[in-house]
Amino acid sequence: MDVLTLLLLSVMTAATPLLLASIGELITEKSGVLNLGVEGMMIVGAVCAFAVSVTTGSDAIGVAAGAAAGAAMALIFAFLTLTMLANQVATGLALTIFGIGLSALIGKNYVGVAVQPLAKLHIPVLSDIPLLGPVLFGQDALVYVSLLSVPAVFWFLTRTRAGLVLRAVGDSHEAAHAIGYSVIRIRYLAVLFGGATAGLAGAYLSLAYTPLWAENMTAGRGWIALALVVFSTWRPGRLLAGAYLFGGITILQLHAQSAGWGVPSQIMSMLPYIATILVLVIISGDRAKIRLNAPACLGKVFHPAQ
Amino acid sequence: MIRLEAKGERSRLFAYLSPVLAMVLTVATGALLFEMMGKPAGPALYAYFIQPFTTLYGASELGVKATPLILIGLGLSVGFRANVWNIGAEGQLTLGAIAGGALALAFYDVETPLLLPAMMIAGVLGGMAWAAIPAFLRVKFNANEILVSLMLTYVALLLLSYLVHGPMRDPDGFNFPESRLFHASATVPTLIPGTRLHWGAVFAVAAAGVIWLMLARSMLGFQLKILGDAPRAARFAGYREPKLVWFSLLLSGGLAGLAGALEVSGTVGQLVPTISPGYGFTAIIVAFLGRLHPVGVVLGGLTMALTYIGGETAQIEIGLPAAVTGLFQGVLLFYLLGCDVLINYRLRFGRKLAIG
Amino acid sequence: MNENHNDLSTPLLELRGVRKAFPGVVANDDVSLSIKPSEIHALLGENGAGKSTLVKIIYGVLQPDEGELLWQGKPVHLAGPSAARDLGIGMVFQHFSLFEALTVAENIELALPSRRDGGPDRSELSDRITQVSAQYGLPLDPRRMVLDLSVGERQRIEIVRCLLQNPKLLIMDEPTSVLTPQEVARLFETLRRLASEGCAILYISHKLQEIRDLCETATILRGGKVVATCDPRQQSVQSLANMMIGETPLKPERPAGRTLARTNRLEVRGLSLPAQKVFGTALKDVSFSVRGGEVLGIAGVAGNGQPELMDALIGEVLTYPEAVRIDGKAVGRLGPRRRREAGACFVPEERNGHATAPDMPLADNGLLSADRRMGLTRGGWILARARDGFAGDVIKRFSVKANGIGAAAKSLSGGNLQKFSVGREIAQNPGVLVINQPTWGVDAGSAAAIQESILALAAGGAAVVVISQDLDELFAIADRIAVMSEGKLSRPKPIGEVTIEEIGLLMGGIHGEKSGAQG
Repeated sequence: MDVLTLLLLSVMTAATPLLLASIGELITEKSGVLNLGVEGMMIVGAVCAFAVSVTTGSDAIGVAAGAAAGAAMALIFAFLTLTMLANQVATGLALTIFGIGLSALIGKNYVGVAVQPLAKLHIPVLSDIPLLGPVLFGQDALVYVSLLSVPAVFWFLTRTRAGLVLRAVGDSHEAAHAIGYSVIRIRYLAVLFGGATAGLAGAYLSLAYTPLWAENMTAGRGWIALALVVFSTWRPGRLLAGAYLFGGITILQLHAQSAGWGVPSQIMSMLPYIATILVLVIISGDRAKIRLNAPACLGKVFHPAQ
Repeated sequence: MIRLEAKGERSRLFAYLSPVLAMVLTVATGALLFEMMGKPAGPALYAYFIQPFTTLYGASELGVKATPLILIGLGLSVGFRANVWNIGAEGQLTLGAIAGGALALAFYDVETPLLLPAMMIAGVLGGMAWAAIPAFLRVKFNANEILVSLMLTYVALLLLSYLVHGPMRDPDGFNFPESRLFHASATVPTLIPGTRLHWGAVFAVAAAGVIWLMLARSMLGFQLKILGDAPRAARFAGYREPKLVWFSLLLSGGLAGLAGALEVSGTVGQLVPTISPGYGFTAIIVAFLGRLHPVGVVLGGLTMALTYIGGETAQIEIGLPAAVTGLFQGVLLFYLLGCDVLINYRLRFGRKLAIG
Repeated sequence: MNENHNDLSTPLLELRGVRKAFPGVVANDDVSLSIKPSEIHALLGENGAGKSTLVKIIYGVLQPDEGELLWQGKPVHLAGPSAARDLGIGMVFQHFSLFEALTVAENIELALPSRRDGGPDRSELSDRITQVSAQYGLPLDPRRMVLDLSVGERQRIEIVRCLLQNPKLLIMDEPTSVLTPQEVARLFETLRRLASEGCAILYISHKLQEIRDLCETATILRGGKVVATCDPRQQSVQSLANMMIGETPLKPERPAGRTLARTNRLEVRGLSLPAQKVFGTALKDVSFSVRGGEVLGIAGVAGNGQPELMDALIGEVLTYPEAVRIDGKAVGRLGPRRRREAGACFVPEERNGHATAPDMPLADNGLLSADRRMGLTRGGWILARARDGFAGDVIKRFSVKANGIGAAAKSLSGGNLQKFSVGREIAQNPGVLVINQPTWGVDAGSAAAIQESILALAAGGAAVVVISQDLDELFAIADRIAVMSEGKLSRPKPIGEVTIEEIGLLMGGIHGEKSGAQG
């Protein structure tokens, strides 16, 4: 395989967990909820996927377990913020701290254990096309899931009634409630979806990206996913572009180090964060723009009047 | 089905009871957890929560860990009251450490009593400078300070990593990513010989006193409170939101920077890639645990310090993994956030009656 | 459309002996009314008479404790608003439930049943909206963002949404409080047309003249009971008011022998400001002056720049120095604190959240405006005893019912909180007082007390500006009156020289038709 193919492949693998985690957080935030616990959900998903995969010997069950674990973590967050009306920022942070600790505990006995990476697709002829073959037709299932999730979420948000209701809840929960929609129930579902995809992202890390478990292996990707959602101004299409951009930068900074470029790798790693700040500044400055792009109820507590 | 019913007036009983209740629930959960892991609850709980108090060294370590938590927590609590959400204290701490450390390294061959105060000031300024960025972006562009300060945290950590791998690396250090060890003039003196407890602890308590005074008795504190409770009323009263936002962020940034400078010159003794086990984030929990009140923050800081120390003790004594600390901290905050609800609402179980 | 259209003897909707109680108050007591098909029926009553509770029962939001509802002669039980909608009852609320970041079509779609439940197809919906809205004289472009629409246009969305469901009974809750006279006329045309096509209208309002213009029958509620059912066209405004209030309306005591000072204490000259929010009103060359001892009333329908004028007078928004003068001092560039130092006090419209901080105790709320003037602070430190003394004084003087000065502002009832907000300013004995909507949502007794204290302050030599949507209130307490329309202010005229009709016309637009007419 030539260098360019390898490069494309590595960008894809770097972008996939970011894309998975952020597409779920996008749905969560579109409903008006800010969940800062993505890192915690992702890493618990990673360890559970790994542990279950090792124990059962089945990747598929492992991946499912990762998604379920992420959703379970999200359930804690949802219960505290939606039913008990707790502050979303504090709860999200607590979820991350809790998740990192929990995952280390669960993963204690699995450090150093080897596992088969996720099976990659192999279609005769197609997968062997030079350059694009392996990139397009030789990936594992989760990569395809991540790519398909973008048009799926876009279609959901713009073409379905349920998606419209979700957008409405994020825009004005009082109005949605007055019309008769169950704001709390819709947000629960959105948060759980976000947890499941974060769990999938974690599963990808521990079963495909580097098939092993190590403490703290998510290494801040959850925070990058949060940045991505803002960077994309809550639009799935831009999210795809952003994930590959950020993934690309990650790969680039690794290569920069070995290629002896002048720029230190840490400075390159800063770029996604600085880019996100710039995007935030650009869209925030204009009152109308922010009103149309960011879910107006993001982070606000909703309490149905008795 | 659980429902919440507004109470009308804040329940003062629960305002004090809630943290206590949360701690009790956390301990109970801990006991359960230990049993499930096959470690008898009694000795585990003892090792975790009591043992640190039994030796002078243990108690002093509490102070060592609590100092940065209290300093940062105080600054954050003032901001939170004003609805200014500084989530980037970890980054400001890092910049403070870099600033103070840079000064120490620049004068590494000079012994003078002036160096230490200069380093502390540098630390404060470094933290303030880092916090000035979200302040500026919020005031000028209405950019959300939660996201900006969070992003800057990672930039700060990468900056530190770059510096200790490169420009600030110890030339005699065998290429390890760490700076020279700070010399005597650049090290904060300890309060009690034989312990690591240093003068930072005194700063922390003094800061708590000053902040208490400010919040309870001064117009500045009052303005901050109003800004958080009713921003329109603050405008009506003529309080200038930009001024208060700047103040909150610079205060919390400065305190975090100070904490950072103290850590590297007191506890750690040099610049390394990881100078803080997440104090900047844990301090957020401390602020909530302390009800955003200075006295509460001091108690909360000590409580969280206990979870750190207890975790280390338990690891040594009982063989519990160090990760349990993060677990406890998360669980404590979960219970606290849940119990806090009882301040303003009552729990009702069962289906909602059709009263509309 | 309506099966019972020809059978005019069976009422469309009948309420018999409906009773609904809440802890401490019986909101509806043995209420019976009957609405015929095609009838335009008014529901009349003061705030607190039980109108909104009754309407919630009709729309299925609340269940009656006793009594029954009959629809087309058959008893029905409405479990919720969707059951009411299924019967053919539509409701246009006073406060809209709209999503600003979504389009008109999306907003309407959300309020209709989903396609699964028999609602419209998304693709046809746009066309139907265009068609129906034009048909009834309320044109709407389905693709526009609600964010870009005016208040009048937003109301059209709510109405069209109901119309698309072919209602048999349309309930309108205080629809004209946000409309100009021209828009009101257009709305009435639409409603009359609907009625002629067989849809009955239940029209809730306290605007007596409108009810006389539009409605054939009126049910009047007072204290939860039905006190009269009549034909408003046969009644005078005065007789309707008597039935509604139960006695001659309270007119506040005007202190006799008031003399006006010769100099202007408040002068506003050429005040112009661009719109501060995406959906705000620009102020255009507003000018007026008020002498000591005088009350200037500023009339106008909501949304014509009153909050913007208030913000500009308070100093929350700054302009050039000479735009506003207090006792001769140019304060246009100065903020609220400096303006208070110059001798002015202000009471904004929103008492909970703007005039006061809801979670803070009353004592602290006193600090918000009175700290300098009443010496409640020194050198940046709060003087606790002075602060508490001031708050206690306000509570006593203005009969504010509260659990002491430590009670949180949000724990007070609307009327009491308003008394505190107004009292806090009047107790500072300012030379200039500006109040926006002094008695909205306030019970009659508290309203009278507030109006009396305003007059007393003026009698003491202060210049007072009262901005109000309530023309009757202005006619009761103002010496001169001006009208705000689309950010412009008409030339103030003495109360004696102007009629309510003239004011109404002025509210329609000083320079022609209000441009809310644009589709």
